[in-house]
Amino acid sequence: MQKELQIDAKPQVKVGTSVKVKRNQWNKLLTISLFVAPAFIIYAIYVIYPIFATFNYSLHEWNSMQSEKTFIGFANYVELFNDQIFWTALKNNFLVVFISVFVQIPLGLVMALMLFAPIRGIKLFNTIYFMPFLMSTVAIGLLWVFMFDPINGTMNQLLRMLGVEKWQVAWLSEESTAMWSVLLVIVWQFAPFYMILFKAGIVGIPEELYEAAQIDGANKWKQFTHITFPLLMPTIVSSSILAIVGSLKTFDLFYIMTGGGPNNATELMGTYMFKQAFQIFDMGYASTIAFMMFFIAFIVVAIIQVMETQRRKKGGYL
Amino acid sequence: MIFLAKKFPLYVLALFLLVFTGYPFLYMVATSLKTQEEFFKAPFSIITSISFDNYFSVLEMGLTQYFVNSILVSVISVVTVVFISALASYPLSRMRFRLNRTLFLIFIAGMMLPIHSTLIPTFMLTQKMEIYDTMLALIGPYIAFSIPISIFILTQFMQEIPQALEDAAKIDGCTHFGVFWRVILPMMGPALSTVFIYNLIHLWTEFIFALVLITSPEKMTLPLGLQNFYGEFSVNVPGLMAALTLASLPVLLVYFISQEKVVKGLAGGAVKE
Repeated sequence: MQKELQIDAKPQVKVGTSVKVKRNQWNKLLTISLFVAPAFIIYAIYVIYPIFATFNYSLHEWNSMQSEKTFIGFANYVELFNDQIFWTALKNNFLVVFISVFVQIPLGLVMALMLFAPIRGIKLFNTIYFMPFLMSTVAIGLLWVFMFDPINGTMNQLLRMLGVEKWQVAWLSEESTAMWSVLLVIVWQFAPFYMILFKAGIVGIPEELYEAAQIDGANKWKQFTHITFPLLMPTIVSSSILAIVGSLKTFDLFYIMTGGGPNNATELMGTYMFKQAFQIFDMGYASTIAFMMFFIAFIVVAIIQVMETQRRKKGGYL
Repeated sequence: MIFLAKKFPLYVLALFLLVFTGYPFLYMVATSLKTQEEFFKAPFSIITSISFDNYFSVLEMGLTQYFVNSILVSVISVVTVVFISALASYPLSRMRFRLNRTLFLIFIAGMMLPIHSTLIPTFMLTQKMEIYDTMLALIGPYIAFSIPISIFILTQFMQEIPQALEDAAKIDGCTHFGVFWRVILPMMGPALSTVFIYNLIHLWTEFIFALVLITSPEKMTLPLGLQNFYGEFSVNVPGLMAALTLASLPVLLVYFISQEKVVKGLAGGAVKE
């Protein structure tokens, strides 16, 4: 602990100032390295290196773990762009993004607003509303598999109760309904998260603004459109960024509930990559999908960054 | 009356949302307390008879082991990640050096990274290191993928600690590590607990790495174990629901005990006060 101090404290009669500065700087560099090293080494092994390795693998034909890799350049990418399933997966991924931004976030906002509504039992609502976000995705997936069960499931039971037996569907095993069923569950899981973000945002709005608006005769709706909504814009923007980035990574729920089926109807880049890598063991092609996932996430984040900078330059949210 | 009529739609909406968010939990718990026969006779009745037999049988069937594994892996990873992220955050937030910004961005970029793009190399690496299908295989990736958010939150908090405190400590003869250990860390309580809770809940529910790196049932973590259960006992719905209830219980209990902390922890860097 005293080491650094001793070096500084030594009477440095003969040593010139430039040497002292250099030594100080070297010391500083050493200190910084020691502080950062543990995190950086683990991060480099499990995050940075794998991205480069994935790109390298994607340039190879590599059909099983035992066989040798053969370099084939960008042939895997050509195959990928002609792969109908990959395009379906990409489309589904963007559907998840779209639903997250335009259903989850608005629903989260409504739920947050309910927590400030003049009704009784707010505490109960608050507690229950947030619960879905606390369950593990695997547990959520399994629970909803049974809710969607064609015979014993809640959804069809509900339809029977309402007297519309005709509408009963095998939700997860029909191409036309599987995607929407899983999307409903995603909304169920994540709307509470956005509720919390909005709740924090609403708490931050000064009460005086509403008082002033009331004096000016603004009704509740006007107060919402002129005060609450504009002031929540920063939260809406950051929520959207979280939703977009998160949705591109989605995997667990789809893997558990449908495994990408029926007939690739709910395939995502993640589920498709997993199948290629760990079921078919086409590691080269799977790496190509994996690297595309990285690339797409990178492009999307870059676009968001540019838009953010533009917005900041203008200095406003609207 | 007019007053009530005005609020009526609000109550309807609030109750609708309550049923939407809460019903699946009710269904899960109610089903877990039924016997198989009761379930097939009346899958939707809320309470028929209350029997905890399903709970005992799933615990015997391996759920206990999954619990132990999950606790071990997530606690070891979280404690490590909180410590090394705090270490790294110190120079990143409080010292000037040339690569500071670059290094910070490299760490932060991990937040947007799809795990899939690291999966195959991690799988290969784990096999080469001969730790495939052991707990050790999970700890590395778990720590690595928790670093970005941890550094993101911790640097924000560390920046706000006044420089004067640090200077005073240095005059008293503290080295950088002394400053970090005696001045900075003790003031980081709330930030550390946020990071701790955030990572603990995320690792407790982590699935992809476990799916790829673990194969033997006795080494599975809870999420993977549940999926394994489902494969084996898909007919025994009440049993599975008991397993799901048990698996969800720890986080829910912590949430009921200290709601504020959990909510703040989970909102992570997104909610600042």
